Amino acid sequence: MSARSEALAELIQTRLGAAATRRPSLPAELSFDLDTASLLQSLTVLRDDPELRFEMLIDIAGVDYLDYGRSQWRTQASANNGFGRSVNADGSGGSHAGPRFAAVYQLLSVSRNERLTVRAYCADGDEPSLPSVAGVYACANWFEREAFDLFGIFFHGHPDLRRILTDYGFIGHPFRKDFPLVGHVEVRYDEAKGRVVYEPVNIVERTLVPRVIRDDNRYDAALKDGSRNG
Amino acid sequence: MAEIRNFTLNFGPQHPAAHGVLRLVLEMDGETIQKADPHIGLLHRGTEKLAESKPFNQSIGYMDRLDYVSMMCNEHAYVMAIEKLLGIPVPQRAQYIRVMFDEITRVLNHLMWLGAHGLDIGAMSVFLFCFREREDLMDCYEAVSGTRMHATYYRPGGVYRDLPGVMPQYQASRWRSQKDASRRNEARSGSLLDFIDDFTRRFPACVDEYETLLTDNRIWKQRTVNIGVVSPERALQLGFTGPMLRGSGIAWDLRKKQPYEVYADLDFDIPVGVGGDCYDRYLVRIEEMRQSNRIIQQCVAWLRANPGEVMVDDRKVRPPRREEMKGDMESLIHHFKLFTEGYSVPEGETYAAVEAPKGEFGIYLVSDGANKPYRLKCRAPGFVHLASLAEMVEGHMLADVVAVIGTQDIVFGEVDR
Repeated sequence: MSARSEALAELIQTRLGAAATRRPSLPAELSFDLDTASLLQSLTVLRDDPELRFEMLIDIAGVDYLDYGRSQWRTQASANNGFGRSVNADGSGGSHAGPRFAAVYQLLSVSRNERLTVRAYCADGDEPSLPSVAGVYACANWFEREAFDLFGIFFHGHPDLRRILTDYGFIGHPFRKDFPLVGHVEVRYDEAKGRVVYEPVNIVERTLVPRVIRDDNRYDAALKDGSRNG
Repeated sequence: MAEIRNFTLNFGPQHPAAHGVLRLVLEMDGETIQKADPHIGLLHRGTEKLAESKPFNQSIGYMDRLDYVSMMCNEHAYVMAIEKLLGIPVPQRAQYIRVMFDEITRVLNHLMWLGAHGLDIGAMSVFLFCFREREDLMDCYEAVSGTRMHATYYRPGGVYRDLPGVMPQYQASRWRSQKDASRRNEARSGSLLDFIDDFTRRFPACVDEYETLLTDNRIWKQRTVNIGVVSPERALQLGFTGPMLRGSGIAWDLRKKQPYEVYADLDFDIPVGVGGDCYDRYLVRIEEMRQSNRIIQQCVAWLRANPGEVMVDDRKVRPPRREEMKGDMESLIHHFKLFTEGYSVPEGETYAAVEAPKGEFGIYLVSDGANKPYRLKCRAPGFVHLASLAEMVEGHMLADVVAVIGTQDIVFGEVDR
């Protein structure tokens, strides 16, 4: 970590106090966790403080930590040391502590040429929610609509919180980890009705089939005598 | 007296000037826009979700399909994010190749933009001029990667292969005479670098041609000057990057300010606009093409003088050579593991951004230590720019909507992702 970003980190820590917690990050990057309740105040300070001046919001990314660090193939004990998503060969459970949803904000200071990543966890409850920062950064409007659409994060105080990327009348939040990759509905043109109809998907998600196959029928004693395959 | 009411107009999603599948719901007062509501997502493919279910290398091809007129720049941000997390170095020759192709891509993109923008607001012929040069650059893509558009050429740790020594040639056919083919093959007789070198010599004169058609053209100026004006302060608030921000007078370019790869060693200038209108953004992009041409020339000179490796020598990310696999069991295993499981990326997160032709294209990557990304977020410049459309067209005439869509350089592959 360069002296310059160390100094910046210290400065942010003094300006925001207990509302900001330093996060481990790559050497050239700077990352903080912000307290959700004071998110708006913190971002306003980051934007307006003459020594910080992060005047641009580059991106907001919703993150769902449900499966973090978890193995994808937990079908059988034997499959865990085969083809796996997780590096933990034992396929132990998720390693993420904290609320399930978060939003990650990328800030940029054009005048000082600095970048900053801040993360805010959504208040856990029936509906994950965050305060809207559209009043601090105008471009947050669509980013928040996107995070709402894809993750179901509710942004309080957003001027126009509608779905943005998914279909009109779409149900569910597709980027959540418990939303299947193939989705829930498929569309086709119905000749009889003369319009496009929605139906439940009839394809099986292929990633559910373990690629390590242990039950190999070639060694099945019942088939060895050749009575079935000639 | 008759009652005067606003009426609502639906623009797109199938409209030639919508640059893809943009649906605009416009509230009109006569011919003046009162309110615009862009509806996007008609090209949403869930790229980010798809990438979460695949080993890292298998998603490089998806990146080409985001902004499908600046393909390699998207790949660049993605492989840079992976390289940052893996902590692997990139050989210098690969860095120069990447920079060269980034700039070729920038020219490709700006030519597409110029042609389409011109076509939208009534300049028919410039489209044909632009596509003449685009064809040559597409050939560079083809020579180096095998495909004209979706290259999948950049890989974590370098590029897929070194620059080829020969260019594909035209052949005489029923539609192309031998004479025509030989004329076209003249520049293609040497290596790819010879061809690019020849192109960079020809290209400044081509840009002059476009400028002759447009820069002082009275109709062009009437359609662009003082249309869609954005002040520098507002541009920052709206998250503008790239030519949109520079058109408003802010000299911000990641290639200069936060240089990646070898941009720090190259000599080029950043054009900046004054008024922040469509005309200034046009001038900025035209000048960027000239500057890109300069960068390409410098890269060609360096690449000619410095042969070497184009991929990091790390068995975990670099596929072994075919000859090695024939005799070496280790190589065969590495090959198999790499193309089935891929490699595991250390736990962590990063944000990598490149100066794509349209603005800052960034990849926010979260890895939980697996061989697939945990979360991938593409920061597409077009998405941010389109978000400001409503504000930029308010109070303008209906015909100016087309000029503003054009000047924002919208491509739906990246807006919808």
